[in-house]
Order: sequence, then structure tokens, then C-alpha cells
Amino acid sequence: MTTAAVRHRRTARPGAPVAGEQLPATLAPGLRTVTLIVLALLALATSIVVAVTLGPADIAPMDVWHSVANRLGLGTGRPAPLRDAIIWELRLPRVLTAAAVGAGLAVAGAVMQSLTRNPLADPYLLGLSSGASLGAVAVLVLGIEVLLPVAAFAGALLALAATLGLAGSLGTITPTRTVLAGLAVAQLGAAATSFVIFWSSTGDSYREILSWLMGTLGGTTWTSVLVAGSAVLVIGIALASAGRVLDAFAFGDTAAAALGVHVVAVRWFLLTGVALLTGALVAVSGSIGFIGLVLPHATRLMVGARHRLLLPLSAVIGAGFLVWADVAARTLFAPRELPVGILTALLGAPIFAWLLRRQRRTA
Amino acid sequence: MTLRVDQAELEIAGRLILDGVDCTVPTGQVGGLLGPNGSGKSTLLRLVAGIQPAGATRRPGTTRVRLHGTDLGAARRRDRAKLVALVEQDTPADVSLTVRDAVALGRTPHRSQWAGESDRDRSVVARALQSVDIAGLSDRSLDTLSGGERQRVHLARALAQEPELLLLDEPTNHLDIHAQLAALALVAALADAGTTALVALHDLNLAAAYCDHVVLLEKGRVVAAGPVDEVLVPSVIDPVYRVRTTVLRHPATGRPVLTFQPADSLVRGGSDRPAPDASGLQDAGLTELAPPLR
Repeated sequence: MTTAAVRHRRTARPGAPVAGEQLPATLAPGLRTVTLIVLALLALATSIVVAVTLGPADIAPMDVWHSVANRLGLGTGRPAPLRDAIIWELRLPRVLTAAAVGAGLAVAGAVMQSLTRNPLADPYLLGLSSGASLGAVAVLVLGIEVLLPVAAFAGALLALAATLGLAGSLGTITPTRTVLAGLAVAQLGAAATSFVIFWSSTGDSYREILSWLMGTLGGTTWTSVLVAGSAVLVIGIALASAGRVLDAFAFGDTAAAALGVHVVAVRWFLLTGVALLTGALVAVSGSIGFIGLVLPHATRLMVGARHRLLLPLSAVIGAGFLVWADVAARTLFAPRELPVGILTALLGAPIFAWLLRRQRRTA
Repeated sequence: MTLRVDQAELEIAGRLILDGVDCTVPTGQVGGLLGPNGSGKSTLLRLVAGIQPAGATRRPGTTRVRLHGTDLGAARRRDRAKLVALVEQDTPADVSLTVRDAVALGRTPHRSQWAGESDRDRSVVARALQSVDIAGLSDRSLDTLSGGERQRVHLARALAQEPELLLLDEPTNHLDIHAQLAALALVAALADAGTTALVALHDLNLAAAYCDHVVLLEKGRVVAAGPVDEVLVPSVIDPVYRVRTTVLRHPATGRPVLTFQPADSLVRGGSDRPAPDASGLQDAGLTELAPPLR
């Protein structure tokens, strides 16, 4: 009894290192960040390859490799022409677009939440999706002769201008004013969209616009990949590089300013970046909900609120999430296809609820 | 370093919030910024930190804020943030950063956009945590701390900026009495170590106990400025706060202790009861300075 007590006391002495428990802490924070992001990227790459093989036509991972290698001029043998076409013309653009859209929405959402200090903020906060919807409706229902993505992008930018104009007319652009102005513009755009649909939409155009409004990746091409991918690479990386500055907003605008941050300039830079990025994504895929709202929170619950890790990791997780959600959207009820926006909410809500409960238990 | 504010002026929507405020705090001293609600204390602190409230216009050519010869108004944002740190009154509590990461934010002006955390950053943060005695909380999440602990985190964050001047807006707000005294004792110790401090306070007794020098504001103007013993007297305090003040001496520290009665003596038996008997106070070890109440 006595010896046991003594031994117990000895092992429990404060300050004595406990093997295993201290390992993560000994890794330098920078190294841990890089490791996590690299692991997530590997998982994403695997997801993309596997996602391309899934679908009505039977395709093996090696087929994907051959098809891609062949196009890149690395002759390692080629798959049958039909498979090659399915991979290269149908599935790969779709999966890559899903990855780009998911990544972009997650980064944009994380930035908006931090910038407005509002947990309910998402990329569509500035009225962008309702503006884009109005543009899309104009094409699909009213038959205006413009390419749909162009109209959607123009609509998104118009909504942004309206939101910032309204927020600015109230005085300095503060987070609360931005949120409220965005709300007004979003409601107005939604009402206009509903009106146009209700008044003039029939049969096919109704179905088409409904699927677009819920967000869909059907009918994506390499052009979609180019639009969404370049938006994510250029704007997404610019936004992610502002991570250190966003950290300084943790305690509000005044605290950020006291840390030497040019609050007004940073806010304009980030709002414009989010708007352009979201506009490009909405133009490609319609307004896919949930990803920009919930994935940043989920990532935050896993790795904390530091943006240097949060932004890139949100992007990679968002990409992977949308890739799989889209796989489900096109295979679950094949040959019928669901708008992926329905599935992002269907899959995402339970995952988020689970994370919330886990967080409550550990905190 | 000595802080000198000359002729601070600030206008919001045509209303003068600060109207020619002068304020000086010598190196290594604790300056107290006093005044009723809306007298301009917070605005002045922000102005010194280079932050203008929304919609404010500063009249060009009047306001000058200097820290030992450096013109803070003309300094670059980051350079200013290396010299001056501000701890705000109400900071959001629902932030899920660890204590250590929150304190490390204080390194922001010292780090470039891309660079990682240097050894020096780490050691400064560790020292800041230690000096406010919260090193043991490093890995806790901010939203799990008490108000007093959180106040210390913000103080540590300010210290991690390695400032020459510390600006504190109501640092004792929402704190229990022990935490209030601890927070101000810490500020006084930092000042002794050379960091000049300017502290906005509501509680005149805390100001009397911890400040070397106080400035009393009313409606954006300086009513009085000087050592505690000269400013915290009934003839100055009473008209500004609309109270009747009695100033006593603390038996142990010799510092002034202020007690207050409403100026309109109809409240709580002012006219019915006799004024407090000075001899009774003396029996209790307190010496009355002010003339007895009529």
C-alpha cells in the first residue's frame, strides 16, 4: 500500500514529461501546420482520383492515371477511347470543378466569418448569390442572350456594388453595416428572382432554374475548371496569405488597428477578394449552400482559429467535401441526378452537429 | 518615454468630443484619465493609439501626440504599434484562441506578413505570460477563462508588443476587487520598470491609490491636471461629478480615500441626519482633510 502510494506520487510529479502526450507540442507549430496541410492535400488527391472512377461506367484508378498521363505527354499506355473520353471530357472536369468550388467557398466563408466577426456569415453574405441568381434567371427564364456564367457573375458584382454602396452610404463600412446591407440586397434579389420565376417560368426552364438555384455541378466543362480553378488559385491564395492580418481581427477592429493593421484597407481588399471569388464560383456552379458556412466552423473546431492553418486547411477540406458530395449527387439515385446543394446540407448538417457535441464535451 | 498630448481635438458629426486636451505623462509614471461618462476618456486613448472612431474628423494642425520626441500622429501604423499598446474596455470573450496564441498577436507589428514565429517572438510571449502570472494557462482556450484571467491575457498581449507606452481603458471593469487591485498593481510595477502608462478609470479611489498623476476630463475639456493630491479634492471633483466629496487619508498608505454623497442632499436622509462626525472618523484612524459637510 505504502509503496504503491509512493510510486504513484513519483510518477505524478508535476513537470515530469509524459511520453506520447507531449509529442504534438514538441513539433514546431510551423512544421505541424505544414504536415497537416500536406496530409490533407494527399487525401484530396486520392479523393479526386477515386471520385473520377465512380459512376455508371466502370473505370479503374489506373485508367485515370493513363488518361491524364497521356494528355500530359507521358506515354504510359492509353485506356480505351470511350473510357478516355468519359474520364477526360466528363468526369475529370466535373470532379476538378467540385474541388475548386469547394475550396473557394470554404476559404471565402472563413474570411467572411473572421472579418465580420459573425459566425453566421458565409460567402453569400454580401447578397452575391441572390444577385447571381437574378442574372441566371434572366438568362434561363427571360431568355436574354448572354452566357449563363457571364450573367451570373455580372449579377453577383451588381449585388456587391449595391451592398457596399448601401453600407458606405451609412458612414464608415463596419461589419454590422455590411451584414445588414447584404441582408437587404439579398432579400431584394431573392424577391425579384422569385417574381420572375413565378411570372414567366414554365416546365423545363422551371426545372433548370430550380436546379441552378440549389447549386449543381452538372454540365461542367474544362471552361468551368478554368474559371473556378484560376479564381481559387489567384484570389484564394491572396486571401489565404492575409491570414496573419485576419488573426489580428480576433478582438475586433480597434484591437486590430492598435496592432498596426490598416483596418479599412484590409477590409476592402478582403471583401473585394471574397466577392470576386464567390462571383466566379457561383457563375460556374450556382449557389451551393452550407460549405462556406459550416466547413470553416468544422475546421476551426478541429485545429483552432489561427488563420495560417485555418484558411488553407478549410480550402482542402472544402474541396474534398464537395468532391464527395457531388459523387453522391450523381450516383445515389443514378441515372437521376440531385442538385449537389441538397446533399451538401444533407451530409454537412449531421457532421457539424457531431462536431459541436464533441466540442462541448472537451471544452 | 514621456507622453505629451497637445491640443487634442476631435469632432464627430459636428460635435467636439475632444476640445483642446493637453495631457502629459512622464517616463515610468502611471497617469490616470478621469471623468464622467462621455467625457472623452476612451476617445483620447484611441487618439493616442492612432485610432479614429467612425465618422470622426480631426482638425488638421491642432492635435499633436508625441512620445519622447516621436510624433505618433505622423508615424507609420506599424511603427506606432511597436511603441504604443492599447487594452480596450470590452473585448469579445467568445474567441476560441489559446491564451498563448492570443498573446502572440501582440507580436503582429514586429513580424512580416510571411515570416513565421521567431525565437525572439517566442521568448517575448513567454515573458509576457510570466509577467502577468498566467503562464500556467497558456494552452487554455480564451472562452474558458474568468474575466480577471482574460484581462490579464489582454495585458500580456499588450506587453508582447514591447511598448514604451501602455494605454488601458477601464482595466478594472467587470473585475472583482482582488482582480482590480492586482491589475493596477501590475500596471504600477510595469511603470516602475519603465513602461509609461495612461489609464482611464471610473473609480476615483483606484486612481488615488495607483496613479502618480491624473487628468480630469469633462465634456472633452481638461478640468484639472496634476498630482493626485491636487486634483482629487472636493472643490474640483464636486462640480464635475455632481456629488459631495469627503477626502480622507488611508491610514496605511497615506493615499487619499474619497467618499461621496449625492449633491442634492434629499436622498437617503441627507438633511435629516447630522453630517458624519469628524471626531468619530479620527477615532477610527482616519483623518479628515476636507472641511466638514454642512
